Amino acid sequence: MNTESTQVNSWAYLVDGLRTPFLKARGPGNPFSAADLAVAAGRSLLLRQPFAPSQLDEVILGCVVPAADEANIARVAALRMGCGPGVTAWTVQRNCASGMQAVDSAVRHIMAGQAHLILAGGVEAMSHAPLQLDAPFTDWLVGLRACRGWRQKLTHLRRMPLPRPFPVLLKGLKDPIIGLSMGQTAEHLAHRFGIDRAAMDAYALASHLRAARAMREGHLKDEEVMLADKSGRVQAADDGPRPDSTLEKLATLPPVFDRPWGRITAGNSAQVSDGACWLLLASPRAVAEYNLTPLARVSPAAWAGLAPENMGLGPVHAMARLLAEHHLAPQDVDAWEINEAFAAQVLACQRAMADESYCQTEIGLPGALGEIPEERLNVDGGAIALGHPVGASGARIVLHLARLLARVGGGRGVASLCIGGGQGGAMLVENAA
Amino acid sequence: MNTTWDELRIWRCREMEDGILQLVMDDPDRSVNLLSHDALTELSTILRDLGHYPPKALVIRSGKKGGFIAGADVAAFEKETDPARLAAYVRLGHTVMDGLDAMPFPTLAVIHGHCLGGGLELALACDHRVVVEDPATRLGLPEVQLGIHPGFGGTVRLPALIGHAAAMPLMLSGRTIGAREAARLGLADAAVPARQLDAAVRSILTAPKAAKHPPLWSRALAYWPLRPLAAHVWKRATETKAPQAHYPAPHALIDLWANLANDPEAMLRAERESVAGLAMSDPARQLTRLFFLRERLKGLGKGRCTRECHLHVVGGGVMGGDIAAWCALKGLTVTIQDASPERLGPLFARAARLFAAKAGGSTQARAAMDRLIPDPRGDGVARADVVIEAISESLTAKQGLLRSLEPRMQPDALLATNTSALSLRDLASVLKRPNRLVGLHFFNPVDKMQLVEVVRGPNTSALTMERACAFAVLVDRLPLPVRDGPGFLINRLLMPYLLEAVLMVEEGIAVEAIDTAARRFGMPMGPLLLADQVGLDIVASVANTLSSTLNFPSPAILHAMVADGHLGKKSGQGFYHHPAGKAPRAARPGAAAPEEVTDRLILPMVNMAMTTLRERIVMDADLLDAGMVFGAGFAPFRGGPLSHARELGREKLLQRLRRLSLRYPERMTLDPGWETFALTSNKNGLEVNHEHERLSRWGGHPATLGENVVRLVPGAGGSFPDANRVSPV
Repeated sequence: MNTESTQVNSWAYLVDGLRTPFLKARGPGNPFSAADLAVAAGRSLLLRQPFAPSQLDEVILGCVVPAADEANIARVAALRMGCGPGVTAWTVQRNCASGMQAVDSAVRHIMAGQAHLILAGGVEAMSHAPLQLDAPFTDWLVGLRACRGWRQKLTHLRRMPLPRPFPVLLKGLKDPIIGLSMGQTAEHLAHRFGIDRAAMDAYALASHLRAARAMREGHLKDEEVMLADKSGRVQAADDGPRPDSTLEKLATLPPVFDRPWGRITAGNSAQVSDGACWLLLASPRAVAEYNLTPLARVSPAAWAGLAPENMGLGPVHAMARLLAEHHLAPQDVDAWEINEAFAAQVLACQRAMADESYCQTEIGLPGALGEIPEERLNVDGGAIALGHPVGASGARIVLHLARLLARVGGGRGVASLCIGGGQGGAMLVENAA
Repeated sequence: MNTTWDELRIWRCREMEDGILQLVMDDPDRSVNLLSHDALTELSTILRDLGHYPPKALVIRSGKKGGFIAGADVAAFEKETDPARLAAYVRLGHTVMDGLDAMPFPTLAVIHGHCLGGGLELALACDHRVVVEDPATRLGLPEVQLGIHPGFGGTVRLPALIGHAAAMPLMLSGRTIGAREAARLGLADAAVPARQLDAAVRSILTAPKAAKHPPLWSRALAYWPLRPLAAHVWKRATETKAPQAHYPAPHALIDLWANLANDPEAMLRAERESVAGLAMSDPARQLTRLFFLRERLKGLGKGRCTRECHLHVVGGGVMGGDIAAWCALKGLTVTIQDASPERLGPLFARAARLFAAKAGGSTQARAAMDRLIPDPRGDGVARADVVIEAISESLTAKQGLLRSLEPRMQPDALLATNTSALSLRDLASVLKRPNRLVGLHFFNPVDKMQLVEVVRGPNTSALTMERACAFAVLVDRLPLPVRDGPGFLINRLLMPYLLEAVLMVEEGIAVEAIDTAARRFGMPMGPLLLADQVGLDIVASVANTLSSTLNFPSPAILHAMVADGHLGKKSGQGFYHHPAGKAPRAARPGAAAPEEVTDRLILPMVNMAMTTLRERIVMDADLLDAGMVFGAGFAPFRGGPLSHARELGREKLLQRLRRLSLRYPERMTLDPGWETFALTSNKNGLEVNHEHERLSRWGGHPATLGENVVRLVPGAGGSFPDANRVSPV
């Protein structure tokens, strides 16, 4: 199969993007469903474009667990944002990389000349993840429906098992092949690369302080819309970053996954959050036609697979592939965004990249891939501070990277994340301004 | 079938394959079907022939897209001065309905859209009714709103069909109901989606279900001892909402029912006489006139207007926020901008409540919420078809904002200000194209107040006015074109009334006595309670702004109350106590008011009405009256301040005005306009359809304004510049 022959454009332009503030998932208190969040960010983004929403070619949205009434949530959002019936929409699911998958699909369609203007993004309302009934209780309910007459029903009622509902999302955060939770895979990496609790907490603290500084300096404001709920509460900024966080406070937190001796705590893991992020991608023709100002050039993502228990190293494998495809070395990259699923996992990625034997045996490279300087990695904080609405994060890091490059005056960057199930994804973003 | 049927203009007959005859009403001269004299005459011909050649069944439907039948020909009886001819028209209606009712074959009305008044009475005379399940379907007998009651047999047939307990409140309130409620009440045999209409009609005609009778207890209401009891209860409830002295129609309806509910034949006869009498009464004349004035105001919005409309509102305070929410409810995409995002929070809470109550379902409410977009960056400006600023009343702030908005807007977008105090001349002075600025003065609360003053500044172009009026109609409000001037029309007339009430409190007259006097006159609410609701701080600030130019009093007690934090309803204490969730109580219950209280409240308003008419703040006297009724709640049955002046008669009016001006010379001067004002009863031909064209010619150049009014408004309203100085009174 030769994909080159069908390629019309060498890249797609990222023109604009907006996201909602990422809100800590506080259970049922959060009033916004996934579709509500997607609509809130998307309508404001579409509002400031010189074209009508109906002129979009398609809408692609990544989401891991939409609510029951949000089947094909991309279409639900597109219609609610006023795109009109003619704009097609589809939903993608690649676990934590669902948002990046949406952007990747958009880029590939544009490069193939199949579309010129695509709204792509990701969303997750983790606080709204549906509950699923356990199998015995479901069977019992089916039985109840089949009962005829009150006598049968009464007998059946006596046999009711104790319902044990579980959130669908939690189930998804446990690898179904190896039976480890995502946090346990991070414990595995911490053990393998000898990353101690202090290093993780230090990384987590840095993430909070960097995010807090970025907020203070107004670097996040430009990519966010405000949310207002029916009770009149306004959310104009991410509520995750804790500028007052300290190593001492982080050290007091108990391990969550491998109790009681593990190293991964709530403090050095990504926060569970709700949020949505949209990117507007355009072909060169659409840029010219609507007189758009491109923010960045985006190429298709590189994807890589590895053993599920090593899923946290997915970015290393994907980035190795991406850099090779573009004939780049790590020192050619000005900014890196590696999604902070766990502090241990980001640190493990850095060590694996710099480790000659890992790169040789696991990736098949001649030597070490290279180092990522700390001052170029997640400079405005990451998911540990801002939160990780799983479907949305992939879109957020691409958007933020593009804005960051524009802010520092150009260059190229790599956005990457690890994917539950043992995959990694990485995208190259080049400033176009 | 019959030769005379070829001459039918309004009704069309079509025989269906299975012997069912379909009768389609489609009046070629009107956009909606009305039971005019001609329509009734034709129908009676048809029914007479059908009596001789009966079809298997008869289906009656409308050929108009918008609805079934909108009612009787109100315009005809508004013009009718001869009681005998009016009675003949009512009698014709009765004959037709009775004839239809007595047809020996099954009859069925297919109802979509509006089915009101006489239209519903015609449907009631059929054996069956099928309604289309659609939000546009509205059924009702709203006659009381025109000062009459149902007159084509509805007072008898509706209770017989759905029971007295359901029917009387419907007729007494004039409320309209939707398709589902109609089916639930038994008014319709079925409410079905349009795609199932034919199947439903066929099924009902071929295999009719046994008629559903109203419940026994509801039927029992028509007999002793329940009947006098029910009549008493309705009477009392009606008296508080529509006192008999002001609104005789609902009371006449109750009397009719109380006397004859057990004798349908006699009640039909009595209904005829009662309605013919009511139709000639003053309240009916005034209410009918207002009905047409409302149409006239709506007609002002017939100019160019786009359905797809984006509104951008700057200023997320109460007014800006509520305008934004209202327009989102009405289907517009609305961006709302405020410098501080936090200020937008309360607006969304209010909007959510509004949508939950009025959107008509949770899906619609969510869609309205999706259309209401918080926009702190102001991205909506470049997209908007209409931009309304509603920031604080500061000339420099507003000028700065307008200056910054203009270059970012689409070249043909409308720029409006919601100012109630500042001059459009001053605001427009900072614009490159001052002709695009117009005032859109909404009133608080936006969802209740139907009127919007559309303010024309000295530079505002005719096109801008036309589009602003169209915008108001688009969002289901009534546009009143007014000229730039302190307080425009409504506040300028209302302030003397409110301030006089406050001055009376200062003099020691009891709060309740003052408000009672106003209510007795016919105001829906006393001035002091109104002031409490508006907010005393706002009343004081408007009074301050206006008193500099208009020489209004500035009562010390008002400022003292504001200084003490007694702001009215919002602070819980004003002229009344406002305990949360309870009815307000007067702070000082007191003795009866002196007799002159009513005159002191009302006549300054009437006098100011003449002043504004003379200054040509409004197009004509009719629109002034309409504005005061729809915008300030001026006693509707009196038809507005200038109508009230005519009602009083020249001698009485001038005598009372003079007395007041002698006693309070510092704030009351007899307006010179009364000298030339024709205090005749007003009868005029209203050309609703050409209203917007008149608007575009209204005062193109101030110099030729007077001429325009004379030329374009022949005999209309108060006919202010009329040479007719002879008063017939």
